[in-house]
Amino acid sequence: MSAPATPLTVVVVFPDLLGTYGDGGNGLVLARRASWRGIDVELVEATSDQPIPVGDIYCLGGGEDGPQVRASRTLIADGTLSRAVDNGAVVLGVCAGFQLLGRSFPDAAGGPHDGLGLLDVTTKKGTDLRAVGELVAEPTAEAPLRADGTALPPLLGFENHGGITAIGAEAVPLARVVHGIGNGDGLGWEGAWSNRVVGTYLHGPVLPRNPVLADLLLGWATGSDAPLDRLEDIEEQILRAERTAAAPSASRGRNRGLRRRLFSARR
Amino acid sequence: MTISKSSSSSPAADLTLRASTAIHTASAINGLSRLFGRGSGTVIGGRAGLAMDPHLLATLAQGRLVGLVSGTNGKTTTTRLLAAAVKAGGLSVATNTTGSNMPPGHVAALIGTQSTAAAVLEVDESYLGQLIEDTRPAVVLLLNLSRDQLDRIAEVRILADRWRQALVALDEDALTQVVANADDPMVAWAATAARNVRWVGAGQVWREDAVGCPACGGRIKFEESGAWACDTCEFRRPMCRAWLEGTELVLADGSRHQVSLGVPGQFNRANAAMVVTALPCMDDRWDGGPGRTVDDALAAMAAVEEVAGRFSTVVRGGVDVRLLLAKNPAGWTALFDLLDESGGAALPTVLSVNARIADGLDTSWLWDVPFERLRGRTVVATGERCRDLAVRLRYAEVAHTVVPDPVAALDVAIQGTTGTQVEFVGNYTAFAVLRGRL
Repeated sequence: MSAPATPLTVVVVFPDLLGTYGDGGNGLVLARRASWRGIDVELVEATSDQPIPVGDIYCLGGGEDGPQVRASRTLIADGTLSRAVDNGAVVLGVCAGFQLLGRSFPDAAGGPHDGLGLLDVTTKKGTDLRAVGELVAEPTAEAPLRADGTALPPLLGFENHGGITAIGAEAVPLARVVHGIGNGDGLGWEGAWSNRVVGTYLHGPVLPRNPVLADLLLGWATGSDAPLDRLEDIEEQILRAERTAAAPSASRGRNRGLRRRLFSARR
Repeated sequence: MTISKSSSSSPAADLTLRASTAIHTASAINGLSRLFGRGSGTVIGGRAGLAMDPHLLATLAQGRLVGLVSGTNGKTTTTRLLAAAVKAGGLSVATNTTGSNMPPGHVAALIGTQSTAAAVLEVDESYLGQLIEDTRPAVVLLLNLSRDQLDRIAEVRILADRWRQALVALDEDALTQVVANADDPMVAWAATAARNVRWVGAGQVWREDAVGCPACGGRIKFEESGAWACDTCEFRRPMCRAWLEGTELVLADGSRHQVSLGVPGQFNRANAAMVVTALPCMDDRWDGGPGRTVDDALAAMAAVEEVAGRFSTVVRGGVDVRLLLAKNPAGWTALFDLLDESGGAALPTVLSVNARIADGLDTSWLWDVPFERLRGRTVVATGERCRDLAVRLRYAEVAHTVVPDPVAALDVAIQGTTGTQVEFVGNYTAFAVLRGRL
C-alpha cells in the first residue's frame, strides 16, 4: 500500500447516522492505541453533511434502517471511501456498517438496497426475530493473522441485528460463532473480510473488547511488517476474561443466541 | 377513546363485578406481597388485576384529574414535582412513586388510593399511547427522547412516531393539553400532532439522536442558541411560552422567575419549567382550583429534596455522599453538568455500572458518554460491569481505581479524601443496589 498519510488518519464515518452502539469507541481505541505508541495520529469524526476526508482507517458503525440507506447513498455518491480502499485504506464495518459495505442490504421495506460493494457479502432481511445478546466467535483458519504470525484470539462482543448475511466467493468468514447468532446464514459464520476490509456484527464496541483486532487494523494501516509495540492491556484482558466466563460455553451448543422480538427496525 | 365498555352487549353489572373483583384481587396480592416482603407490592397485583380486567386502568382513572409524564430522562423527578404542586393546590393525589411506570404499576398506584381526586403518573415511553387512551389525561408532559437500552426498548424514531400517533388520536372532548419540550426535535415531532400544545424550552444537551429530520429525513441544524431547524423542510423549533435563562424561568410575557428547587441541576430546573407550564392545565379543570402564580407553583415544588433516593445525601465515615442516578448517554451528559456546577473538579466520584435487564444488557452506551469530562477527578469504578467501565475510562484517559463491590468502592473514595463530600453516580440497578446496602 501507499505510505500512510502523516499523521495516520482514523475516520469515524457518519457518527450522526452510523453510531448507534457506541461505535465512536472504535475510532477512539484506534487513535489512542496509535498515540500511546508514539504514532502521530488524527481522529476525524466525519458527519454526513461534509465530504468524506481521505484517511488510512475508516470505521463504520451500527444504525437504523433509514440512516443506513442514507449513509450508503451518500458514501456511493461521495466516492472517497471506495477510492481509498482501492488505494489500500483499512475499513472496519460493524452491524449496519458491515451490511452496507456489501453488495446489497434490505431497506426499511425489506427490499434490497445497493451497498458499496467493498466486501462480497449480501444481506437479506431475517425473520422478525432479532439476534440480541453476547456473541463469542473463534477466528477461522482463513481469518487474518497477527503481525507475528499467530492467530487472533476469540472475538467477543454484543450483537443486535435482524439481518442475515451471506458471504460470496470474494470474501471469507472472519470467525465461527461459538455463542450467539453472528451472520445467521446457517453456516455458523461471524463477519467477513477481504483485503483490508473487515465486517462484523460484534459491537460493545468491538475494538475495546478485542484490542488485538484493533492492532491488526493499525498494523495494516501503518504498513509496517514488524509487530507494533506491545501495550499492557491489563484492563482489556480482565474484561475479556469476565465476558468469556459470562457467555455460556461452547459445550452447551453452538448458535444458542437469543432471538428476540423487538419493536425496532434497527439492523 | 374507548373506555371499559368495549362491548355494548356486555351488561354494566357484569363489568362492575369484573372490575371490582380485579381491584380486590390486585389489592390483596399487593398487600400480601408487601406483607411477606417479596416486593414493594406495586407490580405483581397490578398485573393480576389487568389479567382479570384489561380495562381496569380506565375504570380506576375514571373521574380523576390525570397528569401523565413521559420521556427518556427526568420522568420520575418531574412526576414528583408535579404531584407535589398539584397536592399543594388542595387536591389529593395518587402517584406511582416507586418508578413502576408500566400499566401494572399504574393500576397499583390507583388501587391503593381509590378516593384521590387527581392522579399524576410517570409513564414508560412505550406505554404512553395506552395510558392516554385509558386515563383521558388533563395534561401530558413530554420531556425528551434519546437512546436508552437499545437491546430492549425501541429506537428513538419509532417511539416518537408512536407518541405522535397517540396524540393524533386524542379526541376533542378529552380536552387534553400537551406540554412539550421544544428543544428536543424528536419530542417536537411527536407533539406537533396534538391539538393543544404548550411549548417549553426545556433544553436537550444530547443531540446525537436528533440529527436526521423525523419529518422528511433531511438534516436538523442546531444553532448555538439552541434554536434548530431542518435544512430541507419547514420543521423547526416551535415558539415557546416558557424557557430557562440560567437559573431564571422566563415567560413569553417577559416576566422572570428565579427557580430555586430542593433538587439540584439545570435539568431539574427544566423539569420544573415543564411543571409550571402544565400546572394550570390541571388547576383550571376543577371547581375551586387555585389561581396560582408561577412563583406559587415553584414554591410548591421546592419542598421536594430527593426522589426515590436520587439527589439525597447520606453521611458515611464522616463524609457526605451524594447519590445520583444516570441511565443513558443523555442522562450522564446532563449529570456531568451537575457535577461541574456543584463542587468543581475536586470531589471524588464513584461510578457504578450494572447491565441487568432493567439497565439494558448491552454496555456499548458507555462509549457514547463523555467520561473524558471527569479527567482530574479521583474516580473509582464499581458495579457488576466495572470492567467495561474501566476500559472505557482507560481510553478516556481518566485515572481511576477499580473496586468491584460498590460499598467497598465508596469506602475507598471516602478514605481517600481529605474533603467532606463524595459523589456517587450509578445506573438504574447499580443505584438501587447501593441504596439497599447503605
